[in-house]
Amino acid sequence: MIWTRKDLLGLEDLSAEEITLILDTAASLKEISERTVKKVPALRGKTVVMFFVEPSTRTRTSFELAAKRLSADTLSITASASSLQKGESLKDTVKNIEAMKVDALVIRHSSSGAPHMLAKALSPSIINAGDGSHEHPTQALLDIFTIREKKSKIKGLNVSLIGDIMHSRVARSNIWALTKLGANVTVCAPATLMPPGIEKLGIKVTTNLKEAIKGADVLNVLRIQMERQKDKFFPSIREYTMKFGVDLEKLKEAKKDVLIMHPGPINRGIELTPEVADGKYSVILEQVTNGIAVRMAVLFLLLGKKK
Amino acid sequence: MSILIKSGRVIDPKNKFDAVSDVLVENGKILKIAKSINADAAEKIDAKGMIVAPGLIDMHTHVRQPGREDAEDFHSAQVAAAKGGFSSITAMPNTNPACDNRGIVEYIISEAGKAGIANIFPIGAITRERKGEDLAEIADMKDAGVVAVSDDGCSVKNAQLMRKALEYSKMFNVLVISHCEDLDLSQKGVMNEGLISTVLGLKGMPSISEFSFVQRDIELAQLTGARLHIAHVSTKESVAIIKQAKKIGIDITCETCPHYFTLTDEAVKTFDTNTKVNPPLRTKEDVSAIIEGLKDGTIDVIATDHAPHTEADKDVEFDAAPSGIIGLETALALSIAELIDKKILSYDEVIKKMSFNPSNILGLTQKGSLSQGAAADIVVINPDKKWVFAKEQIASKSKNSPFIGRAFKGCAVITICNGKIVYRI
Repeated sequence: MIWTRKDLLGLEDLSAEEITLILDTAASLKEISERTVKKVPALRGKTVVMFFVEPSTRTRTSFELAAKRLSADTLSITASASSLQKGESLKDTVKNIEAMKVDALVIRHSSSGAPHMLAKALSPSIINAGDGSHEHPTQALLDIFTIREKKSKIKGLNVSLIGDIMHSRVARSNIWALTKLGANVTVCAPATLMPPGIEKLGIKVTTNLKEAIKGADVLNVLRIQMERQKDKFFPSIREYTMKFGVDLEKLKEAKKDVLIMHPGPINRGIELTPEVADGKYSVILEQVTNGIAVRMAVLFLLLGKKK
Repeated sequence: MSILIKSGRVIDPKNKFDAVSDVLVENGKILKIAKSINADAAEKIDAKGMIVAPGLIDMHTHVRQPGREDAEDFHSAQVAAAKGGFSSITAMPNTNPACDNRGIVEYIISEAGKAGIANIFPIGAITRERKGEDLAEIADMKDAGVVAVSDDGCSVKNAQLMRKALEYSKMFNVLVISHCEDLDLSQKGVMNEGLISTVLGLKGMPSISEFSFVQRDIELAQLTGARLHIAHVSTKESVAIIKQAKKIGIDITCETCPHYFTLTDEAVKTFDTNTKVNPPLRTKEDVSAIIEGLKDGTIDVIATDHAPHTEADKDVEFDAAPSGIIGLETALALSIAELIDKKILSYDEVIKKMSFNPSNILGLTQKGSLSQGAAADIVVINPDKKWVFAKEQIASKSKNSPFIGRAFKGCAVITICNGKIVYRI
């Protein structure tokens, strides 16, 4: 299997082999971060720009460290500090960055499809670090990397995604990759946060948390986006927590070795109780560690062989 | 100036005429149609193998003047119209300022007339500034020359105000054209709601946001007895509701646009903002229902909803792009490709939906036919001509079409407006 793509825009288009290649590459790169000198020269002389038009700490830091550990030069631009504030279009802003001869652009944007638009127009590699409610490929890859590390397989596992499925790019990317790798995926959300037609993606759909937890090997619990509360998808945070929050009591229905995952940032006491978030089933911080390895793998595959 | 069009297949749906004939035009009027005419015309056109029909009439055009002359203006819209076989277009009132008073109506009529390439008939707003709050001076605009009123781009949200608009318009025999959309249901939506919007993570506009207002406005039309025309029908439910209403004798008409019988929401998967349009591209089932509605006569008119937007405005994130696609230069070719070539409609039926029916609905008695004495608005169609819709050749100032690059068979080769040849390949 040889990587041939210029960009990483999403997991919908990737084959199971391509996904596995990224995961295998990540596995071999993971130990670099354990060394005293956390750096290899693989991407020396390459320039990677982080262009985050939507707030992010975890993903941006993770990409930046991943690039640095491969010896790439990095710089970071945020929307508030960019000329988008002066009314420049996204494409023009990015074309200017391209003119400075960069090799890759890691982009986060609140509009679905923004990275795709740029990928068509630009020559540097575009890496989607989250576009609207569409895809967040590296997050799903690190989720799956973590599952594979813990369970030694993906095929046949029962993975439940719980929370705001409608607005979640993490959920969509996970659905694509997990189904391609043979997991049994269940999504669980209040009916008002369940996007139409999602059952056609070959997954189980439920609005009953108990059903989503029962027999699960993995629960990937999504963040409730407080800023969406004004759109009244559910009556109150209190009621959401009662019906869709995961606590130790509800967790009894899951398999004994269930993994609790969360893409962060967590609303403690809302979608997860602190006992669950910090408890023995939780691999939330390991996800963060693995995020660097996965992003190193993506950067390496996209840029490593580029002349 | 006289023109003699020889040996074409003359199709004139109003007069139920379809035969190889000659057409003689003099002083801007149709003088005579006969099997063989020998006259000393200034211009002789050999139309052998061609179709000669009344000039097409687009009852749904956004001309953008005044306000966005960078996207389109009276002149460029007329050039694009003539190229597409249209000798008459309308001017929807969502300009800046909105066409909501006599002054703007008079401005459009006098300014648009200067180009003399295609007729432009203004449509006035239903409410002042299209805000949906107070009725515009509909009677005065009618006197000034509007052919209908519409708040197109928005629905009149307040049902009571819509009722008054219909009652009031009826009194002056003004047609009301309704853009049917419940904004509470479609708010912030950028494409059809369904599997594709779910996959793309784009906010959806459900079909019900359209057809619930189609139902509402039909009920109001029945209540008031006013003439109502439903713009850009895109959903299967709307077609069913309109069909039922017509069956029980409610006086309504409706239109669809070529993109609604050609494309589905699958086209949005490219994130090409030229697929962003309102109402949005729907599903395969909707496309089938639209085609069925065209076939069984539920849908009276094929209109373009020609909505020019500059490349700068369209070449942005999907969420940020304005809705709309241009249609004047592709409407006829798409109707040939999707309806005639697929044996859904005959040439006669397509010409009827693109010429006679719009003239009839808008009350343009001199247009839409080849009757003796009618305005000499004529299109000559070469049904076999192969061509490609290339971006560089678009006559409209704006290039926002999802059909760029598509190969077609059949197009207008000559367009005549008021007895003058305004386009010739």
